[in-house]
Amino acid sequence: MSDGAALLELAGVHTHIGRYHILHGVDLAVRRGRLTMLLGRNGAGKTTTLRTIMGLWRPSAGEISFDGAAIGALATPDIARLGIAYVPESMGIFAQLTVRENLLLATGPQGFDEARLEEVLALFPALRQKWHSAAGSLSGGQKQMLAISRAIIEPRRLLIVDEPTKGLAPAVIQQLIDAFLRLKSTETTILLVEQNFHMARSVGDDVAVMDDGRIVHAGAMADLAADEALQQHLLGLSLASHQ
Amino acid sequence: MSAELLRRNASDWGAYALLPLIALATLPAMSFSTWLTLTVAGFAMGMMLFLMAAGLTLIFGLMQVFTFAHGAFITLGAYLAVSVLGALAGWSNADSWALNLAALAAALLAALMASGAAGYVFERVIIRRVYGAPLRQILITVGGLIIAEQLVVAVWGANPLPLPKPAAFRGSFILAGAAIETYRLIAVALGLVVYAALHLLLNRTRVGLLVRAGVENLEMVEALGYRIRRLFIGVFVTGTALAGLGGVMWALYQELVTRSIGSEMTILIFIILIIGGLGSIGGCFTAAILVGLVTNYVGFLAPKLALGSTIVLMMAVLLWRPRGLFPVGAE
Repeated sequence: MSDGAALLELAGVHTHIGRYHILHGVDLAVRRGRLTMLLGRNGAGKTTTLRTIMGLWRPSAGEISFDGAAIGALATPDIARLGIAYVPESMGIFAQLTVRENLLLATGPQGFDEARLEEVLALFPALRQKWHSAAGSLSGGQKQMLAISRAIIEPRRLLIVDEPTKGLAPAVIQQLIDAFLRLKSTETTILLVEQNFHMARSVGDDVAVMDDGRIVHAGAMADLAADEALQQHLLGLSLASHQ
Repeated sequence: MSAELLRRNASDWGAYALLPLIALATLPAMSFSTWLTLTVAGFAMGMMLFLMAAGLTLIFGLMQVFTFAHGAFITLGAYLAVSVLGALAGWSNADSWALNLAALAAALLAALMASGAAGYVFERVIIRRVYGAPLRQILITVGGLIIAEQLVVAVWGANPLPLPKPAAFRGSFILAGAAIETYRLIAVALGLVVYAALHLLLNRTRVGLLVRAGVENLEMVEALGYRIRRLFIGVFVTGTALAGLGGVMWALYQELVTRSIGSEMTILIFIILIIGGLGSIGGCFTAAILVGLVTNYVGFLAPKLALGSTIVLMMAVLLWRPRGLFPVGAE
């Protein structure tokens, strides 16, 4: 369903980590069936926002709701069980487990759905050759492919991905862009943190820009992509310089 | 296969080669029969140490819990052996392998179940309150160990209790000129069975997959939707049950049970965990045998150095591989 209504909403979310106040009232809506980019400079609070959504850090104030139900007080496994998949910036790969075992962990008790597995491996064929290899032996790009594959090996209602292109070669980034475009075509709802603006413009439907723990801009990605002055104002650089 | 994996496998082979290298290196220093006797004794001691340490390496590796109370479950197993074998003295002293084995099996089963049950209560009442707080874990588990030892005194009394082996396991036989104690072969067999069972559990089951993943990255396991606390309980119960099993075997090996039989093993068990690599069952298995062999060889060749030999071994291994022979998880 792609009715444009928000699947995930954050309203006035504050997060403290120890004595540090990181999020200062984040308001964010991720609409169903759309890919929302979360942009911002380093240290703006993007990763903290994702970790707060996943319950890995507790919000100290504000509301987080998923499909209309409050999830701010739920434990991480219960949030994941709602159908929210998370790919952290570190990828969270289990290095000593094989590619197969990494993916198997993300399936239900019945194991792999063969048709779904084929679809995922079609997105990232390199994983098929590494099926029985330890995940720790994969290249950086392959690890990212594995992390994303693990997130979508079962149908999810929301996919949250933190900086998937970080440190990757341009060819691998293009592969990831293609994968996200194919995921978009299945109307998967995606919240994607990214520093690579070429990727952001290529795949994003909506965009939210963070600065100093707050959302300072929200709108259509196409509008931001077309407005260099706004890009300079919000991000300190323009998309045109990141082709 | 990447260069990184090749390098890793090559260095793992170094760790695997350590056991035969140490065993063979001592051969020229003694007669073959003495060497064989010491090697079998070392293996047997290693297997009993493995039984006692295996659970703790998973508890450390997965749960990051520093428990000093592990010795209490070893002690419980040892005293249950006294009670069960005392009650089954007819079977234990009978001139029948089958009855002797049945008596031992009964003691092992009782220790496994009682230690596991005690572990469940310990996790629910004490450990779950101190997850993520290492200093409090140390303090509260040391307290738990002291209380457990006093409870043992209340139930079984303060005096050391004799624990004769079942009749068939008391003797020894000659193999290639070496005297091999029958009981040591029983210990080796049980150790191998438990290692194989744990290996299968960890590598062929979904729960094992979760444990291995959890040792590497707990947060990610939770983000995949698994309620890790349930896994913690299962691992803690398994670990304490194995400690009870090891307690039975160690007590029968010593033939004397004291209230400190478990706590006396604590340091040695920690040394094994550190040598093997925290959270690694294979590492624990290798390190336990290594400690058993080194203790026996040095005890024969240089008895005055026997006490410190395991510490020296640990230091040498850590200088070579700072995270142990088979490190698991993130640095």
